[in-house]
Amino acid sequence: MKKTEVCLTVNGVTHHLGLSPNALLLNVLRDELGLTGAKYGCGTGQCGLCTVLVNGRAVLSCLTLAVAVDGADIVTVEGLSRPDGSLDPIQEAFLDHGAIQCGYCTPAMVITAKDLLNRNAHPTEPEIREQIEGTLCRCTGYLSIVRAIKSCGDRAGAPAPRPSPMKKSR
Amino acid sequence: MTQMEYAKPRSFKELDGIFESAKGPLRFIAGGTNVVPDLRAGTISPRLLVDLSGLKEMAYIREVKGEIAIGALSTISDILASRVICDKAPLLFQAARHLGSPLTRNRATIGGNLADASPAADTAPSLLAMGAMVHTRRRRGKERTIPLDRFFLGPNKTILAKDEIITRITFAKPKDPSRGRYLKLGLRNAMTISVASLAVSLEPEGSSFGGARIGLGAVAPTPVRAYLVEKKLASGAMDPKNIEACAQLITKEISPISDIRASADYRKRVVAVLFQRAIQAAVNGGTP
Repeated sequence: MKKTEVCLTVNGVTHHLGLSPNALLLNVLRDELGLTGAKYGCGTGQCGLCTVLVNGRAVLSCLTLAVAVDGADIVTVEGLSRPDGSLDPIQEAFLDHGAIQCGYCTPAMVITAKDLLNRNAHPTEPEIREQIEGTLCRCTGYLSIVRAIKSCGDRAGAPAPRPSPMKKSR
Repeated sequence: MTQMEYAKPRSFKELDGIFESAKGPLRFIAGGTNVVPDLRAGTISPRLLVDLSGLKEMAYIREVKGEIAIGALSTISDILASRVICDKAPLLFQAARHLGSPLTRNRATIGGNLADASPAADTAPSLLAMGAMVHTRRRRGKERTIPLDRFFLGPNKTILAKDEIITRITFAKPKDPSRGRYLKLGLRNAMTISVASLAVSLEPEGSSFGGARIGLGAVAPTPVRAYLVEKKLASGAMDPKNIEACAQLITKEISPISDIRASADYRKRVVAVLFQRAIQAAVNGGTP
């Protein structure tokens, strides 16, 4: 198959790749770039385990063609920690609340939470539950996960007034 | 998909150029949340994949002179973030909240939801109930406007020609947005495909159901308007007796199938229930 030149900025590093049109973003991240945080789960958009941030929004990398996000800024769980190796507040919160059991969904859960917290620093519990409705945890550790995300919002200073439509960041 | 090529036009002119030089079947893709699973499953195998997501002028939501226009490339998350949709077309807002998960909604587009033509397309019942029009473009700028109730031909089949894309969806701003209600029944509350879905829109406060519109999903080969029920509603009084009679009629107007999610009989029963709940809520100004 004819290769297409694709430029992806992943966790701050720009890569120029020659890719087949049918290459999935998930496979490019895992196999070409060695970033195995995003996981393959169902391959049909039902489990959410392949979630990464594309231009700030959480998307399913197994349903995204890499050629279709040419030029995009992508963040995987590997890119959340700071250069000195210290963790992102949402990662700290998952540790503090024991929101990890087997760990398979954790990279996706953390990225899914990040998408919400980027737009809404103080999400309510229903908003958190709605945000993670497509990210499955087979260990069913949802209560701790919700508490961890909530604690991040609670720590972020005084809540701002919230307009009724869902906020977006662009 | 061994021989598939990929093109991402940045303008309608580039798109026309692609049509002129294309050999073999082509397939459009926008968010990819329907097309990629189909590619992977091998149910489609186009020679050329035409990615419409570079046509940035098709991503907008605006209100002009009493009409709401939604560019086909608007994502479901764009719709949920829109003040215009939230305040003036809550029927669509309610439906958008039930489409897939936030992860799907961040990529899935409203044009794609309609072009995919799933009988269970989540945005279709609300758009039908608001009398939406689908605006399209063919090669060399040939445009047409299709009422949504004539757009779907069957499961995954639309009236669109091979070189025709949806550019925008429009509908008149509802006169009283609170007088509508969308209800979806799935096998669970989140991340679910409809067993049945229904949208009701009523004219502003009055003593009759004249002008009521009903859109239905997952109970026929395509999303459908319940015209017989609308007519009967309008001809009767605004009372429980009329609603009850229409709930009986709606089970006759639909043609559901039995599938992995529910039996046809069950779908008929729940549509009658959804109808009664939705119309009651619409009468009460959007609250059940």
